[in-house]
Amino acid sequence: METQTVAYTREQLLDWYHQIVLIRRFEERSLDLYHDKKIGGVYLHVYNGQEANGVGSVNALQPQDHVITAYRDHGIAIARGVDPKRIMAEMFGKKTGVSGGKGGSMHIASAEHRMWGGYAIVGGHLPLATGIAMKARYLNVDEVTLCFIGDGATNNGYFHEALNMSAVWNLPVIWLIENNLYGMGTSVEDASGQVELHKRAVAYGMEDGGRIDGMDVTVVYEAITAARDYASKNGPMLIEAMTYRYEGHGVSDKMYAERKDELSKFRNRDPITVLTEHMQQMFGNDINGELERIREQVEREVAEAVQFAEDSPKPTYEDLFSNIYV
Amino acid sequence: MAEKNISMRDALRNALLEEMRRDERVYIMGQEVGKWNGTHKVTRGFLDEFGERRVKDAPISEMAIAGAAIGSAMVGLRPVAEIMTINFAFLAFDQLINHAAKIRYMFDGQMKVPMVMRCATGWGNQATASHSQTPEPIFAHFPGLYVGCPSNARDAKGMLKAAIRDDNPVLLTEVIALYPKPGPVPDDEDFLVPIGKSELKRDGDHVTLVAYGRGVDWALAAADVLAKEGVRAAVVDLRWLRPLDMSVVFESFKKTNRCVVVEESLPTFSFGSEIAAQIQDKMFDYMDAPVKRVSSLDVPLPFAAEIELMALPNAQKVVDAVKEIL
Repeated sequence: METQTVAYTREQLLDWYHQIVLIRRFEERSLDLYHDKKIGGVYLHVYNGQEANGVGSVNALQPQDHVITAYRDHGIAIARGVDPKRIMAEMFGKKTGVSGGKGGSMHIASAEHRMWGGYAIVGGHLPLATGIAMKARYLNVDEVTLCFIGDGATNNGYFHEALNMSAVWNLPVIWLIENNLYGMGTSVEDASGQVELHKRAVAYGMEDGGRIDGMDVTVVYEAITAARDYASKNGPMLIEAMTYRYEGHGVSDKMYAERKDELSKFRNRDPITVLTEHMQQMFGNDINGELERIREQVEREVAEAVQFAEDSPKPTYEDLFSNIYV
Repeated sequence: MAEKNISMRDALRNALLEEMRRDERVYIMGQEVGKWNGTHKVTRGFLDEFGERRVKDAPISEMAIAGAAIGSAMVGLRPVAEIMTINFAFLAFDQLINHAAKIRYMFDGQMKVPMVMRCATGWGNQATASHSQTPEPIFAHFPGLYVGCPSNARDAKGMLKAAIRDDNPVLLTEVIALYPKPGPVPDDEDFLVPIGKSELKRDGDHVTLVAYGRGVDWALAAADVLAKEGVRAAVVDLRWLRPLDMSVVFESFKKTNRCVVVEESLPTFSFGSEIAAQIQDKMFDYMDAPVKRVSSLDVPLPFAAEIELMALPNAQKVVDAVKEIL
């Protein structure tokens, strides 16, 4: 493992542990709530297994930076500091949700956190990231945009147009591919001529940030820290983080059972396990008590989020018509 | 108010110039807008005055032009993106419809998207099927987007300026055939044609001709012909397809009790369909005849000039339609 080049503080790693466990439990609870019909609709794409990538990358950003992603968005919003209560309320379709109950699971955004969403058309948010990054150059401010890209999204035209444009204009954007091996049910091998997706950077004359271990929060943090510095000064970078989703693509995914071997391989590199081992190495087994306290705290936080969502009012007929236009 | 007699092309150019000088956040982006001076020469000289920061020559990437405009608008810039003709805007349809029109609503008002998309539209002198369309009604189908199409130089200036100053996404289409057509234009930096305001171009009490864009010229020419035969036709220019201001049409219809809709676009699920539906719904007690529609024929436009012209509307077709219901 090529980590520990950075001197991590105990507080920092405990904070990340908290975020990762919070996302894990939030998502597990979400699935239960979906099956209990508390969360409605047909879409719920959970982030279990991919937490290290979201937490490591988002925590490498500055407050003035921008984050944008696709529909597997709850975990990234949590990592960016969005209140889990308001995310859960959104998934319940409640008025207190981050998007007033109008966006649902796939449209989690918080403008005050510069977390711009949560988009449900595959690849559709990539040119938005290009545009957000244009602002930094236009106003000459140090703001970097982090754009998450599913492996599946690398195959539609948005990827090509958005990345090329960002290279032409040297925009400060980090294109972070979350390669969880499947776009819905189709494997990367079945969908991409070049299966090492980061290599596409070459086609755009863009810096190739390589392929990283997306299951280790410290690896991701270090890669994105360097990428942020590079992007701010020079222009875009494409990075591919290898990760795995423990659940299906969405709640409708029935193919998932066939992937047991793969799952156990990635489970051995679980983001929580990997980080726990790092901390035990660095701080000794004394840390275990603190980790347990964090896990207990997370249980309370998730329970509070669910309770908040349960207790919140539903949107009204008037809300149906509000915010179509300014 | 002082007026100058200038072409619609120059009226649009003046509108853009004035707004870019007025507001530092306004920038233009599109294919050939800079070094080429604009495909339709609306942006000639802009690169010299404003430089590459505010005049962005974009790659042939309609999806990314639209998406980058949206993204930059979400974070505070005020883009005026140009897509060379509306035929190519179909490539950007997902951005305009699934993103520009929905972002404010999906995230319940957390963001606004103050962007303008300019596109040339309409029949283009044997430009053939994929380059000769007038599909504004398709774009006007979706709440969240405004859609306008000026019929003359004066409105072109006022509508474009209103669009740039508005905080919502606006698609403004510009009829290619009208670019060189001169008309009186107020020489006033604050002259605006408000979004969603239609205009009575000519009063009359026998029939109401309802049009937008180039249809207004055909309607006015038909009204001249009809006047010589003692038929007094009113002409209403709707200007904006969304928001659709039917108040002037209804007021006129109460006097005339007859209506002919004139449009360059296709007849099925069209502008004419909508106007006719609204009249029968809201004005049933005033109706003395069916609403007639004059549009392009229901065919893709061919190359050969003779049969191409047969497919298009003209003033005589409007006169004939009026005579059918008098």
